[in-house]
Amino acid sequence: MTTKKIWIVGLATTVIIALMLLAGTPSVAANDQPSGASADVKIDNFSFGPQTLTVSVGTTVVWTNRDDIPHTVVSTDGVFKSKVRDTDEKFSYTFIKAGTYPYFCSVHPKMTGKVVVQ
Amino acid sequence: MTTKKHNLIDQKMQDLNDDGVDRRGFLKCMAWAGTGLVWTMSGGIPASRAFAKVYGKHAGKGGDFSFVQISDSHIGFNKPANLDVTATLQTAINKINAMPHKPDFIIHTGDLSQLSKPSEFDTLDQALKGAAAKQIYFVPGEHDMLSDNGEEYLQRYGKGTKGSGWYSFDHKGVHFVALVNVANLKAGGMGSLGHEQLEWLEGDLKGRSSSTPIVLFAHIPLWTIYPDWGWGTDDSERALSYVKRFGSVTVLNGHIHQIMQKIEGKVSFHTAMSTAFPQPAPGTAPSAGPMKVPTDQLQRVLGITDVNYLVSGSSLAIVDSPLGDSGCSASGSGRGLAVVDSLFG
Repeated sequence: MTTKKIWIVGLATTVIIALMLLAGTPSVAANDQPSGASADVKIDNFSFGPQTLTVSVGTTVVWTNRDDIPHTVVSTDGVFKSKVRDTDEKFSYTFIKAGTYPYFCSVHPKMTGKVVVQ
Repeated sequence: MTTKKHNLIDQKMQDLNDDGVDRRGFLKCMAWAGTGLVWTMSGGIPASRAFAKVYGKHAGKGGDFSFVQISDSHIGFNKPANLDVTATLQTAINKINAMPHKPDFIIHTGDLSQLSKPSEFDTLDQALKGAAAKQIYFVPGEHDMLSDNGEEYLQRYGKGTKGSGWYSFDHKGVHFVALVNVANLKAGGMGSLGHEQLEWLEGDLKGRSSSTPIVLFAHIPLWTIYPDWGWGTDDSERALSYVKRFGSVTVLNGHIHQIMQKIEGKVSFHTAMSTAFPQPAPGTAPSAGPMKVPTDQLQRVLGITDVNYLVSGSSLAIVDSPLGDSGCSASGSGRGLAVVDSLFG
């Protein structure tokens, strides 16, 4: 009985959230600043550039692998983890909380970088 | 290097010429990739030489056996440094099959694939099926562990192994230990064996007679070659402490796509060439990435990393040997290593 009620409430909530999201989509697109900001990190010669990137909350960071060798982008604290990125492949992650995010390439762990989110 | 040493190397190279191999011609004509090393165990002292050399003369003495080490096939790699890595692997296999004395087995020291894809492993398997030596021992390189913590690799090559794929076996009185130093790598670090594997290694070696020849093999070098490029293993010291009491220890690695070696006490360390593409000598390039050289210079580049391991008796010696005299230093890899036992033996 109780389980059923919770289930129904849960379903209703999901539907409401879905509707809100649908309705909200155009306004998010229309008011893209500053949450839609993006910043790039290039992976070149077995290093992340810039090694320390400072961005504002809501920024999407895009890593692009320019090497002939595959790399990964893995948060040292387990916040994000890319799949293997071969030449010219990208990985992106949107930072929604302020903080310092160290990361490295799990294939070549000497490669380290940091994103500072303010 | 002193002139004296240089002359002695030249003398040794001249000796090679007596085997009917013209040194200069050999350097120029040797397939730049598709190379491997032949190892001959003789009284527990491994001897190796680039296997295009006159090999048969020295093998086959009573109780001796040989095996071949190949490495870094990177099947799936298709960038300018080598557009057809399958073909160069095939060249390596053809050379193995053409040897007058069949090796008992082959060791592949990792980076079988470029991206750990099933199709890449399939291609490798298909090519290796053509090898006359049917027994092949593998260790993974970091390129083989890119998906699902190496699940694909372990399913194919890890049967009967422990942890991330380590194991040991005995062959004709020699104890071989396959180690994995490419799993669970830590930020800022180099290769890593990890506590669990080290515990296992200690137990595996315990109780063995100190006169047992030991061969350790792993992908990333177990000695620090160049930390800036991660060419070393953070906890290799502990692994090496377990083998110190043995009279003959040989450590075989790949990963750096060039021959390097070092002798430390009774332990000799060697790295093998790749069957796929060369990498720059430590610190001679902005990074350790594949070395792109003009096609007509590829042979010369590998010629530069040509190393003669000529071992007899119980002495091994190492001599740095710049090879610039043959005009072979194509792109920054202007040094090689040669072991010339007769200088010191």
